[in-house]
Order: sequence, then C-alpha cells, then structure tokens
Amino acid sequence: MNLLVCISHVPDTTAKINFDAAGTALDATGVQFVINPYDEFSLTKALHLKEAHGGTITVLNVGGPETEPTLRKALAIGADQAIRINATPTDAITVAKELKNHIAANTYDLILCGQESIDYNGQQVPAMLAALLNLPFVNACVDLVIDGSSATATGEIDGGHATYTGNLPLVVGGKKGLVEEKDLRIPNMRGIMTARSKPLQVLEATEHDAATRAVKFVKPAVKSAVKLVDNVDELVHLLHNEAKAI
Amino acid sequence: MSIIVFAEEWNNQFKKASFEAVSYAKSWAELAGTTVTAVTSRGAADPAALATYGADRIVTIVLAATPYGIAQQLAAMAEGAAGMVIAGTSIGRSIAPALAALAGGALSTNTTSIPTGTAPVTVVRGAFSSKGIETIELTGGLPMVSFVPNSVGIQERAGAGAVESMDTTGTDLLQVTEKTIASGKVALPEAEVVVSAGRGLKGPENWAMIEELASVLGAATACSKPVSDIGWRPHSEHVGQTGIQVNPNLYIAIGISGAIQHLAGVSASKTIVVVNTDAEAPFFKAADYGIVGDAFEVVPQLVNAMRAFKAGQ
Repeated sequence: MNLLVCISHVPDTTAKINFDAAGTALDATGVQFVINPYDEFSLTKALHLKEAHGGTITVLNVGGPETEPTLRKALAIGADQAIRINATPTDAITVAKELKNHIAANTYDLILCGQESIDYNGQQVPAMLAALLNLPFVNACVDLVIDGSSATATGEIDGGHATYTGNLPLVVGGKKGLVEEKDLRIPNMRGIMTARSKPLQVLEATEHDAATRAVKFVKPAVKSAVKLVDNVDELVHLLHNEAKAI
Repeated sequence: MSIIVFAEEWNNQFKKASFEAVSYAKSWAELAGTTVTAVTSRGAADPAALATYGADRIVTIVLAATPYGIAQQLAAMAEGAAGMVIAGTSIGRSIAPALAALAGGALSTNTTSIPTGTAPVTVVRGAFSSKGIETIELTGGLPMVSFVPNSVGIQERAGAGAVESMDTTGTDLLQVTEKTIASGKVALPEAEVVVSAGRGLKGPENWAMIEELASVLGAATACSKPVSDIGWRPHSEHVGQTGIQVNPNLYIAIGISGAIQHLAGVSASKTIVVVNTDAEAPFFKAADYGIVGDAFEVVPQLVNAMRAFKAGQ
C-alpha cells in the first residue's frame, strides 16, 4: 500500500500560548512544537497497515523549514519518507490545495489526516482535500479496515457511530480510537538514527490564494477565582440565582 | 442574495442546533439586509417549524446519504447566495469544508459569534484549543460559517416560511452500512448541561450516581480521558483534546483533576462546577464554583438538592 499521512506542526498541548504585539499571529518564542496529536493516531494506524499489508509510508507537511524536525520525528517513529511543501499554511483552503496538487500527481491508496490540528482547530483541511480530489472521506474516524481495494471505516457522529464502505483511495480524519492511546509510538534511538538518512524532499508551493484572513488574536479573559461553597444547597442557589445555569 | 442555512434532522426531527442555525442565519440576514433560505430533508416532520426562527423560504430536498453528497447538493444552490450557515454538528463539520471547497467558499469553523461586520464578513472563533480567540475576515469567496452548537443561542423571529421542494442530487462516494445512535440519552455535543466524572469515582460500578444526577438535570454524561482509556466508560463520552469538545451552559466535573488536555475540551463551558477531594486540583483554577469534598458524599446530596430544586420549579 502507498500510504500518505498529512502532518501538522503545532504547539505542544501544554505550551503557553501568546500572540505577537500586533495580535495577528502566534508568538512562537519559547514554544515547543510537536506532531499534531490527532495526526499521531493516523501515523500509528499507517504503521499498523504497513505491517499488515506491506507498503510505503510518506509523511507530508505544508510549512516552512522550521517544521522539518516534526517531519524527522515522524520518520523516526517509522515513516519511510517525508515531503515538505514549502509554503506558509495561511488558511485551510491554501493547505488543502497544496496537498491536493501533490496527491493528484502521485498514486496514494490511503490518505490519513488528523481530524483537526490543535492550533487553529479548523477541522477543515481533510474534508476540503477529499472534496478537491473527489475522493471519499470519513471524519472523526475511529475504526478502519482495509480489504484489498476497499475500505470499511467508522466515524463518530453526535451520540453514536456511522460505518461506511467504499473503494480506495480514501481520505480519513483520524482521532483516538483509530488506534488506542497505548499503541502510539515514541521514537527510539535506532529510529532517530535511521530517520537522519531517510529522504526528506522539499517541494515548491503551487498556489497561494487564501480565502480568510486572521485579523486579531486575543487570549480568553482570565477567569475570576473559583467560589468555593460548603454545601450543595448553596451551590444550587448560586447556580440558579447567580450563574443562571439551571 | 439570501443567506442559505442547512437544517439537519435526525429521525425526521430537527436537531436543536438546526434551530440555532436558522437563528444564526436570521441574525446575519438582518445585518446584511437580506432573507433566509433554509434547506432541509424532505423527510423532516415539520419543515414549516423553521419559519419560527426566521426562515423566509424553506426548501426541502431528498438528502444524499453522506456529508459529501449533501455538500454537493448545497453547492448547487450556492450561486447568488449572500452567505451560508452550517451548524458545527458532527455531520455539519464534514459538510462545511467540502461545501467550501466545491463552491469557492471562505469558511470559518469553530465560530462562536454572529458576524460582527459584513464588509467583509467578520466573525469570532475559538483557536489554540480554547487558549486563543481569533477574529477572522471571510474575504476570498462566498462567506460561510460553521458555528459551535450552543454558542449563539436560539431566537424566535418569524420568517415568511414558504415551503417548496426542489430536485437536486449529490453523488455519495461511500455506502452507509450502519448508523447507531444511543437512544434515550442526551447527545453530548448538543447538551446544555454535562455531568462528567473521572478517576475519583474509583470504578465503573460507581457511575450510577453520575447517571442519576444527569437524569435529574436532563444532562449528558461525560468522562475524562483516563477513564475512557481504562475502559470504565466508552470513548464516545471522553471530553477533552482528542475527545469531544463541549460548551454547555453548565459543566459539572466530579473527581477530575483538570489536566490541560481535559480543559482544552471543556473550558468554553459557560459555568463550570468542580467537585474534588483535592483542594489543589488544577481544575479549581478553571472553575466558577467548587466543592472540596468526597464525590461519594457530595453527589448523592447534590442529586437530592437538584431534585428538590427541579420539583419546586
């Protein structure tokens, strides 16, 4: 199988998020970047599929040179080759079009993305990519079985699950459940060593027109201190009269 | 130049988020000086109900089976529209980006406000897992908004409400082989009240009191990540980063310490109550109200107090 995993380079979950003085972009000073947590489930699924069916895993990212350590980490975890499309990921449609142009010119059986990236929380790129390629798509994918040239995929829907079948190639937006948390792999020393000699190809960007423009980022208002109460009657009173939550 | 809104139904009944979507479209249409066209399934029991929330025109179609098929159907109606609104339900989150790609849309997802400006359309959305709030302009195409359910609210404002049917088809690239929805339970992403519990409950056998509290409050039940990882509760109840993100009016967290991954999924809740034995639990920093105490004592008392309150209303 020719497996493609789309990887986002995002601030670590525990990172303090600050914005630049103009409030128009993330201030990356001191921020540790990681593989997007949702993408890790998809990457691990690709490793499982390769182990079961054979094949090659390519990891793909749209971003500047600063994202290469994240791609190297994906190689250290077990991907075979990496591609970086050299473009600023301005918004979802620009990223989706860059991915589409690469994928349309190559042959992939399965395109695994994470459901969303934890930076902009758009949950847009995988569905856009599938639509641009006119390929089937399953979001919030928590189970995926490949049988020859067909796939059965289960996605979470509000309050339940939906199961779909169709032909490859397929695009999925993965999340926890696609593989279990305990199955996620961390790079070992041998992986890190071999990753250095695996190919990381840089492709030039093809399209640039963004559809949206971020004009301002602010941090949420700091919550006032918690009001500790001694008994449940007082809590019910406050929830009703003060918070108007019940 | 209408605002087009998709009104989703399940088992022929409109979802609450669909009324919110039409309310959203109406607010936008008032700003833009235009009308609201609601698109819904021909199977919907009472399409005219959408007029209550501001739909001037209600178009019923035979819905495709998959989000991509529905996106194609909506894209076919996009020409000449002033904007499009899709609720950020699980289905909506698959439809909206596909629709934007097909119809040349400028899409904001995870949106939490009605437009604050119309030239260009400007909205506010959540980013950085609730650690940032972004103001975004929809400049490069047909403006489209997918909003977080329960973020802008439902408003009753009557629209003309003329119902008509239209023939349109979408191509489903996948076959739906099974669809299961837990019945008799409040769906977590739409819930106005969520009762959530963590490892402090000590074992899955102790969830009866959580279910009882949820039932008294008409709430959905949820859990922390460790609890779903060890299999005490299903994955579908896991709220937090990599789980489900919720923003109810009231989130009650019982025996959950409040790891940053959990907060990422719940901190948009309007009011947060934390019950924990550990006064130093980080969750108290994100809470509005707290009780430092043992869940096994506090929760049964809370069930009784809430039951008495509900009975007195």
